[in-house]
This record gives sequence, C-alpha cells and structure tokens, in this order.
Amino acid sequence: MSLDTASIAPPAFRHPYRLVRPIRDSISAGSRNLIAYWRVPSLLVFSTIQPIIFVLMFRYVFGGVVSVNLLPYPYVDFLMPGIFVQTTVFGAIGAAVGLATDLQSGLLERFRSLPMSRIAVLGGRTLADLVRNVFVAALMVGVGYAVGFRIHVGVLALLAAMLIVLAFGYALSWVFAFVGLMTGDPETAQAAAFPVLAPLVFASSAFVPVSTMPGWLQAFAAHQPVSVTVTAVRALVDGGPTATNVLEALAWCVGILAVFGPLAVHRYRRAA
Amino acid sequence: MESAIRVQGLVKHFGEIRAVDGVDFDVPTGSVFGLLGPNGSGKTTIVRMLSTILHPDAGVAQVLGRDVVHQADEVRYLIGLAGQFAAIDPNLTGAENLRLAGRLAQLPGRVARERAYALLDRFQLSDAADRPARTYSGGMRRRLDVAAALVQRPSVVFLDEPTTGLDLQSRNELWEMIRELVANGATVLLTTQYLEEADRLADRVAVMSEGHIIASDTPAALKAQLGNTVIEIGLASNDEATRAERLVTQATGLKADREGTVLRVSSADGTRVLLETVRALNDNDLKPETLTVREPSLDDVFLSLTGKKTITADDDLASVGSRDRR
Repeated sequence: MSLDTASIAPPAFRHPYRLVRPIRDSISAGSRNLIAYWRVPSLLVFSTIQPIIFVLMFRYVFGGVVSVNLLPYPYVDFLMPGIFVQTTVFGAIGAAVGLATDLQSGLLERFRSLPMSRIAVLGGRTLADLVRNVFVAALMVGVGYAVGFRIHVGVLALLAAMLIVLAFGYALSWVFAFVGLMTGDPETAQAAAFPVLAPLVFASSAFVPVSTMPGWLQAFAAHQPVSVTVTAVRALVDGGPTATNVLEALAWCVGILAVFGPLAVHRYRRAA
Repeated sequence: MESAIRVQGLVKHFGEIRAVDGVDFDVPTGSVFGLLGPNGSGKTTIVRMLSTILHPDAGVAQVLGRDVVHQADEVRYLIGLAGQFAAIDPNLTGAENLRLAGRLAQLPGRVARERAYALLDRFQLSDAADRPARTYSGGMRRRLDVAAALVQRPSVVFLDEPTTGLDLQSRNELWEMIRELVANGATVLLTTQYLEEADRLADRVAVMSEGHIIASDTPAALKAQLGNTVIEIGLASNDEATRAERLVTQATGLKADREGTVLRVSSADGTRVLLETVRALNDNDLKPETLTVREPSLDDVFLSLTGKKTITADDDLASVGSRDRR
C-alpha cells in the first residue's frame, strides 16, 4: 500500500454522540492494561500471591494471638473482610506504577496527541484495575473458604460487601493514578505509595480489633477510610448493624473520587 | 501556497530556561521542513507545542489554520506524532499497538484493523505482527512507532529525531517512507541533529540554537554558505600546524580554522582545495598524520553561524544515556 494521507478527504471532527467517545476510548485504553496482565503473568501473580500469603499468615501465624474472647465468631471470619479490603488497597498501587511507566515511556505523549477523550487513559486504567479486582476478590473468597471462612448473613449480603470492596478499590485507583502522574517514575511511585498505605492498612480494624490498640491510635484507627470500609464489609458478612456503616463507607468512596478524579484528569492534561 | 504549519512569536519557558524564545516559521502544504539543532536547542519543545501536548507561554501556532491551543481537538485529528521515544506498548503485539492507535484516533474498528495490517506490511513488520513489541529490535520499534503515527492518515506529520539511533539501512528505509508520505500530499516537520538528514529530506531548514532560529534557508543555500566539503588535516606538532596553516592559506586563498594540531578548511570546491593543499604540504616536506575529507556536519554549521562549538561529545553521550533509561 502507499502511505496515504487525509489531505484529500477532510476528517470528521465530532463524534455524533458526545458521551460515546470517553466510554469507547476508556474501553480501548483499558483493554491494553488487561492484555498486560495476560502477557506479563508476574503482574497478576503479584496481586494474587501476596494476598494469599496474608491470609495464611494472619490465619495461622498471628491469628492465635487475637483473643477469642474479643470476638463473637471465629477469627478467620473477622480476618477475611479485612483481607478483601487490604488486597484492593495494595492492588491500587498498580495504577501508580503503570501510569508512571507510561509517562516515562513516552506513551502518554502519543495518547495526548491523539483525538481521544482526555479521561480515557485514566478511565481505562481504573476500569482494568476494577476488572482485576473482581477476579482477585473472587479468588480471595475461595481462598478464605478453604481456610475456614464462612458467611453469617447470606449470599446477597456477601455480594453487597464485595461491591463495597470494589467501589473502594476503584476510588483508590484514582488516588494512585494521580500519584503515578505526579511522581512520573515507577520506582518513586511505589516508594511514595507504601509509607502512606502501611499505616492505613495496619493501623486499622482490618486484622485486629481496634479496641486492642492504645487510646491515641484508636481515635485514628477507628475512623480512617480503610477501617470504615472493613467495618461495613464485616457487618454485611458477619452480621451487625449495616445501614450507617455502609453509607459511611460509600461516602468515603464518593468523597475520594470527587477529589482525586478531577485532580488526576487535571494532572493528565498537563503531564509533561 | 497554503500554510500547513504557521508559527508566530512562539515562546515556552521552563522556569529559568527559555526553551523556545520567540520562534517564527511557515511550512507550505506538501513540503518537508527540517528543524536542525543540537540537544536542548528547543526543537522537541516546538514539536510538542505543535502536537498539542504542551501549551505555549506566548505566540501563536496553527496547523492547517487551526490554533493548537483553542482548537486542539481538531488539530489532533489532522496530525501524526512520532516522538523521540518509541511510544509503543511493549506488552501489545505490533498489530495490537497499531489497532489501538487507530481506535484512539476515532477510526472504526474495522478500518483501524485494515490499516494496521497494511502498515505492518509496508513497514516490513508483517512477520512480527503478532509478537509483543518488547521482543522487537530498536529499528523495528522505531518503524512501529512511525507506523502508529500514520494510522489515522494525518495531513501533517511530526517526526522528532526519527532516525537517531537507527542503523544505516533502517535510516535509508525511513527516509524513503518520508519521501513517499510527502509525494502523497502530507506535510512533514522533522527535527534532526544531522545536517545530512536535513539536506536529503527537507525543502527548507531552520537551524536552532538556544531557543532561537539562527538561520532559515534551503539546504542548498545553507551548504553554499558553508562550503560543501570540509578537509581536516591533523599534524604531528604545534610547529608543523603553524607552518601548515600558513601554507594552506597561501596555496588555496582560504582561511583554515585551527584547533590544536588540527586544521579545518571548508570550501565549495573541495577537489581543487584538496589537491592544492596536498601539493603545498608535499612540496614543503610536511607529512600530515591524518587527512580527512567529509561533508559539513551540524558542528560546522554552528561554527560558521555562531562562532561557537555546539555540544561536547560528553553531552551527547549523556543524552543518549538518558534516552536508554527512558
């Protein structure tokens, strides 16, 4: 073929439907990220092996220390909601590393010179992370079941709990998308993410009851978003008052998205 | 003729650095415009502003009559960009990379697919079409990158140092493709550090230094200014160099530039000057250690235009290193 150009036929400048482009472009861009999981298995292994190790470690190594008297049900049932949330929190670092890599490789430059939606790279990345989280969450339920985890409410409540976990993971993907664009290189992105995440995940109700912590820490640990989300998930899985907890968890998701969504898109537009 | 690219008073500063400091040029439709300059002279910054990636601090830039800031989306439908760093996803196959670029350029899926395979064929990547791009060689990667810039059949193509780091054969093939693009009506703006490349491809060349265009002309006129041939004579000692300098000037009537024990003579009539130089040295029993005849390089252009050397070899290596890192 010859290297034709468009100079003869002027291109169409507008898609007939304004909403089609962001969605279509996000799916195109997101499929690219999903293919990466397929082609680079180590990416998926990292996001599955690590949570499995956490399950085994807390279930069999630390689990014995948590006094049975504190809990009305077995520790494994207390643990698994924490694991669900912790898995999506750590998984969200992938968005930071991925976008920093794209920024560094020059790929984002090409994308920004294309007539594609300005939210599609971020929309696609977070969409791909969401799909991965569905897979990982299902796997975690299976692994939990294998080590003795049982639900106390019902399958619908478990599904609702998973939706909260996924919503929280999705909101965090936008946080880390922003971090990735800000740092601009994968190593720094990873290094910047961990010190923020570690206290959020470990100084929370994810693995131990907050009541076991010193008073000054309890104030933080009881109200930070990871704990709030874990509490809502636990209420749906293990029983307990749900309405307030679930609403509070969803409010965090909406709040995080409302702040970091626009921040990340703004950053993408000017990323150099 | 209508302007494909029009740039007026373009300015971009990064903090204290005046990357682009008031640049004007006009590129007629269907021509090749070369921006020639060393690293850090502002070429890439201009390309990034023209391809809507970077906002200018001042001035106007238009592509086919559309403003790159206020009509950025329209401009993006008309342009293709192959940047300095091969912008391809290493985990996608060659075909997937091109189809993605096509879909994101708003082509229907079927059209993106057809063009992807046609371009792979044209760029001799058909055999590697279904292999992840991370297995490609440097030359293949660059070809894939240029192909990705052409999927949407752009009217204006920006190529930022397209042949840097390519072997001779890949370079010649890429040159051939650029000529073919222009023959089909596209306008090409390319940046380069090689005078030879600008000479072979460009209808007009702007020489850049520290954010300014310091000369703008046809390659032929630029070279005529310089002389077509550079003769370099290396001598054994400073004394010999001093004697040779005098002899060369007497014999050829041209002033030799001296750098240590190396003399450099530029001339439009290389053969005559070479013969006269060699004869004069031989008659006086001066035997040069080295004798080189070459085409003028970017360094020679700079020396003649600014009286300054461009970049040290160290700077060049450092920038190549940083490219590898990325």
